[in-house]
Amino acid sequence: MEGVQSAAERRTMVLQHLALSLFALVVLFPFLWILAASFKNQIDLLMGRVLFTPVLTSFQSVLFGSTSDYMRNFGNSMVIGIGSTVLVLIVATLAAWSLYRMEWPAWVLHSLLGWTVIFHMVPPITLAGAWYTMFRSLGMDNTYTGLILAHTTLHLPMALWMMGVFVRDVPKELVEAAEIDGASPPTILWKIIVPLVRPGLAATGILTFIFSWNEFPVALTLTQRQTATVPLGIGKYAQENTIAFTEMAAASVLSIVPAFVLLIFAQRFIVRGLISGAVK
Amino acid sequence: MRSQTFWRNLTLAPALILFALLTLVPMINLVALSFHEVAWLNRISNWSFVGLRNYARLSGDTLFRAGIWNTVLFAVVAVALQMILGFGLALMTTQITRGRLFYRTIFILPILVPGIIIGAIWKLMYSYDFGVINQVLMLVGLTPQDWLGSSQLALLSVIVVDVWHWTPFCFLLLLASLETLPEDIYEAARTDGATGWHCFRYLTLPLMIPALTVTFVFRMILAFKVFDEIYLLTGGGPGTSTEVISFTIYRRFFTEDQTGYGAAISVATIAVIAMIIIAASRLTMKKETE
Repeated sequence: MEGVQSAAERRTMVLQHLALSLFALVVLFPFLWILAASFKNQIDLLMGRVLFTPVLTSFQSVLFGSTSDYMRNFGNSMVIGIGSTVLVLIVATLAAWSLYRMEWPAWVLHSLLGWTVIFHMVPPITLAGAWYTMFRSLGMDNTYTGLILAHTTLHLPMALWMMGVFVRDVPKELVEAAEIDGASPPTILWKIIVPLVRPGLAATGILTFIFSWNEFPVALTLTQRQTATVPLGIGKYAQENTIAFTEMAAASVLSIVPAFVLLIFAQRFIVRGLISGAVK
Repeated sequence: MRSQTFWRNLTLAPALILFALLTLVPMINLVALSFHEVAWLNRISNWSFVGLRNYARLSGDTLFRAGIWNTVLFAVVAVALQMILGFGLALMTTQITRGRLFYRTIFILPILVPGIIIGAIWKLMYSYDFGVINQVLMLVGLTPQDWLGSSQLALLSVIVVDVWHWTPFCFLLLLASLETLPEDIYEAARTDGATGWHCFRYLTLPLMIPALTVTFVFRMILAFKVFDEIYLLTGGGPGTSTEVISFTIYRRFFTEDQTGYGAAISVATIAVIAMIIIAASRLTMKKETE
């Protein structure tokens, strides 16, 4: 009896694995396809050849071509991603601590959180128009500062919710004990809260950086050639009359690298962040 | 020594200032803009009051109407498919323990990749002349289709991309909450002679309603924002067949430089979304109190 059951169980197990592997293959295939395309020459790609001799010409022209903006876009994305991530982390940690650990009247907490929810639901392009008008009047369109501020604002709601979860997990007794010892609020924040929410900072920071790296509509409206980010560079390939497909593929592959590296080395933070924060 | 209140206000101030200057002021600005026509001269904007004229234009704007309609259609169909596929797969694979990390890495990948690259990937695969999809169709003797260039197929093609993009995440979220369901009630039900279908209908489904709702709302919000993939894949075309509302706003506001009218579309869009959210939350709250 036992043996029969486990044989049946094993069969369902195999079927489940089969279903899951098939699903994984469907998810993975497009990535493999563009990876292959990035190593093809124009003729192999346009002929739709599956077997081909891999070449590096597309990567070379994307990275070192005299007309290619890719390196500049990459640098811009780094500056804007890191700048807005640092700002988001500082502002969100301070605000989360203030909201959840200092005595605010309930209406302040609720109206601020309510506002973040509403803002999060609105398509960014609706505000991009207002940002553009504002920044252009101030001479801040096409600057790093403008886009860093915009990205900070865009990702602050999510960061605030995530850091809120982590700050609330800090035991109250710890803070009270420090207060009795005469520690001032800045000391408590720096010596107790920050070390304890470090996993939260990692999760929030990684996700903020990736989202800033990926963000397209706001970067499209607030930047020009000098400050354009990676997604804009790739969008440009598709806008040209004859699309340079192999170069578009090579640039895409290069642009996935940062997220891929973070996914391999910091997956537990990403998963925790996505489940605790992004869904709220 | 400074008071607790001082530190409390100081630490919240940066967030408040940022939200005030970059969300509240722009929204007010947007409303103000929507009653004006704006002309730019160097960096100076020249506003002239036009009353409700911008709003009056909305109902006759075919692009706006197509934008709203396509966005709703896109969001509803894509999210429904993702939920069904994701939930189905999650139900099928709850018992798998080996190779989890491997599967999870693959399933998270699509949502960490820029939307614009998702578009680039599928642009390659959908290509009429050399795309892999048409190649496979020809291999099995079917006629190749112009996936992105035909007005009958374009929206469907874009929906397929979104389903591919987000089903894995729905799957992961729903799987995570399926695993938190208490094992003992299932055992109790089975000893009472409940079949698989009964277990699903009367235990799993009711217990999963909160997780399904969260996933659904999360996905709907993002689906209403869709822009990047469509920008790259079809640019809203052919005609208005994949015109979504974010694209309409972009076109009117930026490409055509109609600041005032673009602001009116933005305000109308925000109002529509707010109404949908309020209606949805009323509905779910009613469900919960029932």
